[in-house]
Amino acid sequence: MNDLLIGLAGVIAAATPVVVAVIGETFTERAGVINLSANGIILLSAMAGFAAASISGNAFVGLLAGALVGAIAGAVVSFCSITIKQSQVAVGFILATLFKDLSYFLGTPLMGITGPTIGSTSIPFLSNIPILGDLLFKQSWLTYFSFALIVAAFFWIFKSRQGLKLRAVGEQPVSAYTRGINVNRMRYIYTILGAALIGLSGPMYSLSVKAGWKGTLTGLDGIGWIVLSITIFGGWNPLRGAFGAYLFVFLQWLGIVLQSSMPNIPSQVLQVAPFPLMIFTLLFVNIGDTEWVTRMLATVPRSLRSVIQKMIKFIRTPPPASLGSPFEKE
Amino acid sequence: MLTLKHEKLINTGFRIAGIILAVGFAALALILAKANPFVAFGNILKGAFSTDKKIADSFVIWIPLIITTCGLAITFTVGLWNIGIEGQITLGAIFTTGIIRLLQDSGVSPTLVIVAAIFAGIVGGMIWALIAGLLKFFGGVSEIFAGLGLNFIATALTIYLIFGPWKRPGVASMSGTVPFDEIFRLPNIPGLRLSPWSLALAVTSVIIVFILLKHTTIGLRMKAVGKNPKAARLMGISSSKYMLLAFLLCGLFAGLAGALQVTAVYYRLIPSISSGYGFMGLLVAMLVNYQVLWAIPVAYLFAALNIGGIQLPIEMHLDSTLSGVIQSSLVLFYLIMDGVRKKMVSKIGEGTHE
Repeated sequence: MNDLLIGLAGVIAAATPVVVAVIGETFTERAGVINLSANGIILLSAMAGFAAASISGNAFVGLLAGALVGAIAGAVVSFCSITIKQSQVAVGFILATLFKDLSYFLGTPLMGITGPTIGSTSIPFLSNIPILGDLLFKQSWLTYFSFALIVAAFFWIFKSRQGLKLRAVGEQPVSAYTRGINVNRMRYIYTILGAALIGLSGPMYSLSVKAGWKGTLTGLDGIGWIVLSITIFGGWNPLRGAFGAYLFVFLQWLGIVLQSSMPNIPSQVLQVAPFPLMIFTLLFVNIGDTEWVTRMLATVPRSLRSVIQKMIKFIRTPPPASLGSPFEKE
Repeated sequence: MLTLKHEKLINTGFRIAGIILAVGFAALALILAKANPFVAFGNILKGAFSTDKKIADSFVIWIPLIITTCGLAITFTVGLWNIGIEGQITLGAIFTTGIIRLLQDSGVSPTLVIVAAIFAGIVGGMIWALIAGLLKFFGGVSEIFAGLGLNFIATALTIYLIFGPWKRPGVASMSGTVPFDEIFRLPNIPGLRLSPWSLALAVTSVIIVFILLKHTTIGLRMKAVGKNPKAARLMGISSSKYMLLAFLLCGLFAGLAGALQVTAVYYRLIPSISSGYGFMGLLVAMLVNYQVLWAIPVAYLFAALNIGGIQLPIEMHLDSTLSGVIQSSLVLFYLIMDGVRKKMVSKIGEGTHE
């Protein structure tokens, strides 16, 4: 029982950077921009954050450096896609590879160095609650920050005036524009803000979850791509996105735990177990929208049809309507 | 008024500016790494071009790179982002290895085994591409995310095979499966690592894709689908049919690239058999704006950068990923300069109309 609790608390700690990055990407995509460069941002910000923290001896400086790396990527993506109207997917993909290679190239002297780390801080009283205290309140303050971020992002997007504007920009940029919202400026802001959050998740790895920088052996390559999938899985909702992040890390942990009972399967294989699941989920979430399903639905009796349609509506959250397309004023 | 000649001149100017910015960016990275950019660039050039053997080594990379770029030119033409290309190369390599392992002790003529294995690799690549295609058209899953997931699954499959059913007698290791006998390998040009058969297949791929996209009805329709799927549908062209076809053809070339990595380069299955050439192919395809003839020199430049980059850790204790930094920043600054040029030209255009 105790082992299980420690394991699950570890899952929550390990999921922290994923949660933060997913919420960052959620903000960006809510404004109608896809930032495909997450994988590169996480690697470069992990490296740069670790370097900055080692040089300054201050973990907080490392986190800031990571956020700055992300913000730069966000600025490049928004300049290219909004101001000079190039493909968002192309720019994001290029930055993903550029930042990845740059992190390995510039990070060479950091390999094997030990730098500052951010340990766990128990919250008084709350950490004494049975089970929940061990699970949630003996974490690092990065994790507490992520809890606060989940709640804050949810309220910002769905319950605030600013969030209403943000969703309008992503859903109906033209009518948002006619109501006096500066669509392109909002997109710049949320792309940079979202990317800065993704950049924050890099040093969360290199200063806490997977402390240090070990080049290609750091094991961070691929996480950014997962973040993008979880953002869709989460239906552009911070709560569902966070749930997806925890689920993903939980499944990876399960893979490692099950390893001992299945010694014939290399650990790398179990590590990818979440990916087929991710594809199936995306399939599940999107299939109701395809032409052939709609056509097939038209042939089933009306009573059954409405039940199926309700089910589809329940699992499916449509993406922001203008996601990926540039905004023209006319 | 802008004449055509002026426009071409401006075009070239912006492209050169893009290259200068990219080189400048790489130089900045070198200065950050406390290295002399001139010495580093000199080492890369020396490493890429100093001997015939090194030039031949660049062609060893050029072959899978140009073949994947050919495939990607097709998916880009119909407007698809086939990020699953890495997995498609990997599956090609897995199928090829599987057939050789199956038939190497069967007494079937080695030539026939190699041919069958390459065909199997092509089928493997097509199957993996078809999965992404079906997920897109019957499941509504974006090809970008389906492709990414399938890439990870393909890598896991490779590692499973190397450490599981196909492991070396005794101890399994990251160095891959047992190498095939000499007779099951594509022969090389004497003294080099380069196989004339692979080279011929690469050149054939370029010719086929060039003709397909430029001079056939299928190519024309694919272009229509890529430019405007709705208009294409009004003209009676089924966009999902052509997109699926594009996926299959791209998988064909990716599978071929994977098959050649096994039969002509590594002679076995290794964990990172695709060597990232799929993603590199995406960069090349973007840089040449999906024109396969231009891909010939650009893919060679990228391959030469990879070979030249090997000198950096040897001579200067730098990481060889600088090559990747140069490649990506070339594409990034090309894209940026292209966008800036279009914006400026449209502004000048507006000015003359008034």
